[in-house]
Amino acid sequence: MSVLRVRVWRGAEQGAYQAFEVPRQASQTVLDVVTYIQRALDPTLAYRFACRVGMCGSCAMTVNGIARWTCRTHVDKVAADGVLEIGPLANLPMVRDLVADMREFFDKWARAKGRFSGTRTRAEDFARVAPHSAARRDVDAAIECIGCGVCYSSCDVVAWNPDYLGPAALNRAWTLLRDERDGTRTARLHAVAGEAGCHACHTHMSCTERCPKHIAPTAGIAGLKRELARAALHGEL
Amino acid sequence: MIYAVHSGLGAAQILARTQGSLVWLAFYGVFLLAVVVHVPIGLRAVLSEWLGWRGRSRDAALAAFALALAGLGGRAILGVFG
Repeated sequence: MSVLRVRVWRGAEQGAYQAFEVPRQASQTVLDVVTYIQRALDPTLAYRFACRVGMCGSCAMTVNGIARWTCRTHVDKVAADGVLEIGPLANLPMVRDLVADMREFFDKWARAKGRFSGTRTRAEDFARVAPHSAARRDVDAAIECIGCGVCYSSCDVVAWNPDYLGPAALNRAWTLLRDERDGTRTARLHAVAGEAGCHACHTHMSCTERCPKHIAPTAGIAGLKRELARAALHGEL
Repeated sequence: MIYAVHSGLGAAQILARTQGSLVWLAFYGVFLLAVVVHVPIGLRAVLSEWLGWRGRSRDAALAAFALALAGLGGRAILGVFG
């Protein structure tokens, strides 16, 4: 039975990688490796997971330098030479070991007005949204985000600009902007404009490349830029 | 440009075209305007992302830089016009 040499980040901003040897199994995922370490080798290791089947996004970590869902990352795919380096998600404060503090990620989501606000009451009929309209297709392409933070951790601009709202928050703002039922268009346009908003995006597309749900935040951000230009020309802003 | 110069386009030939030509002045003028607007805006992002320089001092420095570009560029295009 072969062995994996795994380096795992321990501590917080002050910390170091600790080495472990983990028995290699067939179809082993990185989450399996972390779980093995915590259960069999060092119970003080802190990490997050929940569904372990690629639905919840809780297990996102930095694996060999790249943000991934560890439950959906086969060891064979990333540790060809039998070496694995695991750390918490980048661009976020560290809580401990493999756990990142997700608060600023969700705070920025709120700041981008990433929240639906309806305009109808229960007394009115349902909104009729044509599923194949251009607007609804835009929403559908971007709506499946589960807030895992992989895109945020992959973004260079997030690393360089602490105020930048980030791909996930802006992507969600885009889906709401294109949702014909939502009532906060102007406030949302203001929220996503400016230096901390969509204009800071340099279209590196790391977010789109790394998103485990194959969403393209870059496309949504480009859409926000277009909408802002249009709104500015029409005197909406 | 290398090809043009080696084929005989020298300073005298360039000046023969640009001197007294409002068309060339206007052409270069539009280009200068584009540079004066575009370059400081781009630099603004670069300075904030690579040096962490934000706020009024950065914007003041960029305004000064824009004026310097306008001055140097204006002098150049007037130089080939007059």
